[in-house]
Amino acid sequence: MAAPRILTAAALTAALAGGAWAAETAPAEVRFDGSAVPQRLTDAPGDPARGRAVFIDRKLGNCLACHANSDMADEPFHGEIGPPLDGVADRWSEAELRGILVNSKKTFEGTIMPAFYKDSGFNRPLKKFAGKPILTAQQVEDVVAYLLTLKEE
Amino acid sequence: AMGAGAALADYDDDELVIDGVKIATKVPAPPGHPLPEIVSGWRFRSDETQALEADDFENPAMVAVDYGQSLWDAVDGEAGKSCASCHGDVEESMKGVRAGYPKWNEKAGRPFTLENQINACRTENMKAEPWKWESREMLAMTALVGKQARGYPMKIQKDGPMAEWIEKGKELYYTRFGQLDLACSNCHEDNYGKMIRADHLSQGHINGFPTYRFKWQGLGSLHRRFKGCMENIRAEPFKRGSDEFVALEAYLAVRGEGLGIETPAVRN
Ligand code: HEC
Ligand code: HEC
Ligand code: HEC
Repeated sequence: MAAPRILTAAALTAALAGGAWAAETAPAEVRFDGSAVPQRLTDAPGDPARGRAVFIDRKLGNCLACHANSDMADEPFHGEIGPPLDGVADRWSEAELRGILVNSKKTFEGTIMPAFYKDSGFNRPLKKFAGKPILTAQQVEDVVAYLLTLKEE
Repeated sequence: AMGAGAALADYDDDELVIDGVKIATKVPAPPGHPLPEIVSGWRFRSDETQALEADDFENPAMVAVDYGQSLWDAVDGEAGKSCASCHGDVEESMKGVRAGYPKWNEKAGRPFTLENQINACRTENMKAEPWKWESREMLAMTALVGKQARGYPMKIQKDGPMAEWIEKGKELYYTRFGQLDLACSNCHEDNYGKMIRADHLSQGHINGFPTYRFKWQGLGSLHRRFKGCMENIRAEPFKRGSDEFVALEAYLAVRGEGLGIETPAVRN
């Protein structure tokens, strides 16, 4: 978001409901502070329950393909490509986690982890995904909110 | 079973013997090779899947091989010939052949995959219609011809006009594609032996094709597998038989040099 926005009551209601009205930052406009993204991508706060579902869903985050996560011990088949995400909120701040999700290559150079909020610069993307990010702004916020619940203390 | 030798990566120590023929599923990598050792996808499969491939009576691809034999003997096309008219007994004439493919074809001025060669024989020598890449007929015939090379070490011509195709294939292998922005190497070189959700990543070798896959409930060509891997990373795949896939196939034949042909292999 370039500047704070003034919302009408109706828009605010829609935004809080996670509706299409929520003001959101387009992928090309996301502002990085180093590799972190301090500002939320939407006006609606992230919902950890929805984020958890996105994490599991093979057509959305599919994070479980690469990361084990003890919070989902009931889900079969946890991947081994990336580090387990137990206690990830103890290791990274909210802004850093958002940065890793938006474009992990800014945090981990040359990583295998996809950029989840980037919509251009891809080589032969399948037509139905061309010009689109893997996750919506709201889904990114939802996953960030979920990751922030992964604390070990 | 997961063996003790799995120090570098998770694959087992079982040996593959089919019909008394030992098939090399692990060979040392020559100096400068990107992998520490060259290991067939068979070693990464479960004991149950391995057993199906190791026994011709259990191998679900053998039905297609039998169909391939009937096609071999069948007259087709305006020249009134069958494959057998020129090549005789497939077990004699096609011994070891698949291990040398893709192979430079002087007349076409490009490398021929086995599919290309079979269709050239159909159109030029038999005056018959070419078979479609993924047709039942082509899969059966590549399985039949491929099986005659079982146990033969993969080894193709690398110099001369093949060199630039192999180089082009190598370039593609290390290029990131698709919305997930991944290269073949990210999975099959950097992460083989690890689980990617329910899949156990292998080195992605080509020595078993055409391969019977449970997921396909039948045989599929190598280029179908390439297409599937590209679609999984949300990339617009190249076409079966395209220059890009032929180049990739040539590079992978070199990358897996020395592995025994397993055609028709069984995978999940
Ligand atoms: C294709 C594999 C892959 C996928 C899919 C993937 N990641 Fe990752 N992720 C990695 C790897 C590998 C790393 C380690 C960084 C590196 O060295 O490249 C990583 C690192 C991370 C880290 C930092 C972890 C730490 O403890 O330092 C977080 C957080 C993370 N990923 C979250 C996610 C989330 C959330 C998703 C899904 C929306 C996801 N990842 C999807 C491979 C993946
Ligand atoms: C996101 C990970 C990923 C990427 C990227 C990927 N593959 Fe695969 N590939 C797999 C998985 C999973 C399998 C099935 C398990 C196995 O054999 O590794 C597979 C299987 C294969 C096989 C069959 C191996 C056998 O023994 O039957 C070949 C060949 C192959 N891939 C080639 C490629 C090529 C060429 C590329 C690049 C165009 C590629 N793959 C990109 C994940 C990937
Ligand atoms: C009229 C004769 C004739 C017929 C019929 C014929 N071929 Fe051929 N085939 C040849 C000749 C000659 C070659 C040598 C290579 C060439 O044509 O350039 C050959 C080469 C091949 C090769 C490559 C062998 C190698 O060592 O690389 C394969 C595989 C093959 N044929 C398969 C088939 C199949 C399968 C059929 C039937 C669908 C068939 N051929 C029908 C004449 C024939």
